[in-house]
Amino acid sequence: MSTVTLRDVKPLEAPASAEQPLVDEESRAWLRDLRPDAPARDDAIERLHALLLRGARFEVARRRATLPHLRGDELADLAMEAADDALMSVLRRLDDFQGRSRFSTWAYKFALLEAAVKLRKRAWQGREIPLEPETWNLFASARLAPDDQVEVSAVLDAVREGIADELTPHQRRVLIALAIDGVPIDVLAERLGSTRGALYKTLHDARRKLRAHLDERGLTLEHLLEES
Amino acid sequence: MEQRDPTTILRGLLGPAGPEVGCDTCFEELDRFVELELAGKDADAAIPGLRAHLAGCPACREEHESLLALASEQP
Repeated sequence: MSTVTLRDVKPLEAPASAEQPLVDEESRAWLRDLRPDAPARDDAIERLHALLLRGARFEVARRRATLPHLRGDELADLAMEAADDALMSVLRRLDDFQGRSRFSTWAYKFALLEAAVKLRKRAWQGREIPLEPETWNLFASARLAPDDQVEVSAVLDAVREGIADELTPHQRRVLIALAIDGVPIDVLAERLGSTRGALYKTLHDARRKLRAHLDERGLTLEHLLEES
Repeated sequence: MEQRDPTTILRGLLGPAGPEVGCDTCFEELDRFVELELAGKDADAAIPGLRAHLAGCPACREEHESLLALASEQP
């Protein structure tokens, strides 16, 4: 099995002819009006905030079922906070915008990120995260169909062995929290004083070790993992 | 605890088989990826490893789904 790291994969620079010309007219107008010395800057910032608020509200509406205990005004406040934070991020990173998408799409992703992270954290507010790897049980939540039982059980046994023997304590803790206990990565990052990117790197490395462990035992997986 | 299909658990534990980008690159490229998808272009060829990352990272996957839905509403 080849060793692959996250850093091995770099997005290709697509040839200029393969995509739309850099910076469409509407995006150019945003960039022009948001310049620090632009005469219409205040108006542009107000319009940008409205756009970001729309994005944040969109995300809140999509995910409100995960927060049934929150009142409508609390969700509205959360969307507003997300839009405020996204506005700061967008203005801070204006120079990063390269026109490889529409400005509005580029800006929306900041609003969605801010809203999604706030919603995940709110959903887990006050909830304890089990961070003691020795207490986990891979089978506690598994419902095995009789036809799959033997094959899947063999893989699960090997995975459990790999988790115990091959992973560092930190990798074990992160893998179990994210992949078994379903803790959102942003919530875990906050509790561990880390970042989404750093935790995903840890998760990725742990997964590679587990796959190598299964490979060494001749256990093939892809037919088991195919989406039905 | 909610009962889950064991293959779902295995997918989460083992992640995607192929190479993938990390969360930071995913965020940097997500808007371009979504617009390529909406334009019917080959987003996977333009940004290799991002689709695999979405399979392995629930948070980025959710944000991709939202951005795709939101961007598709734009004129």
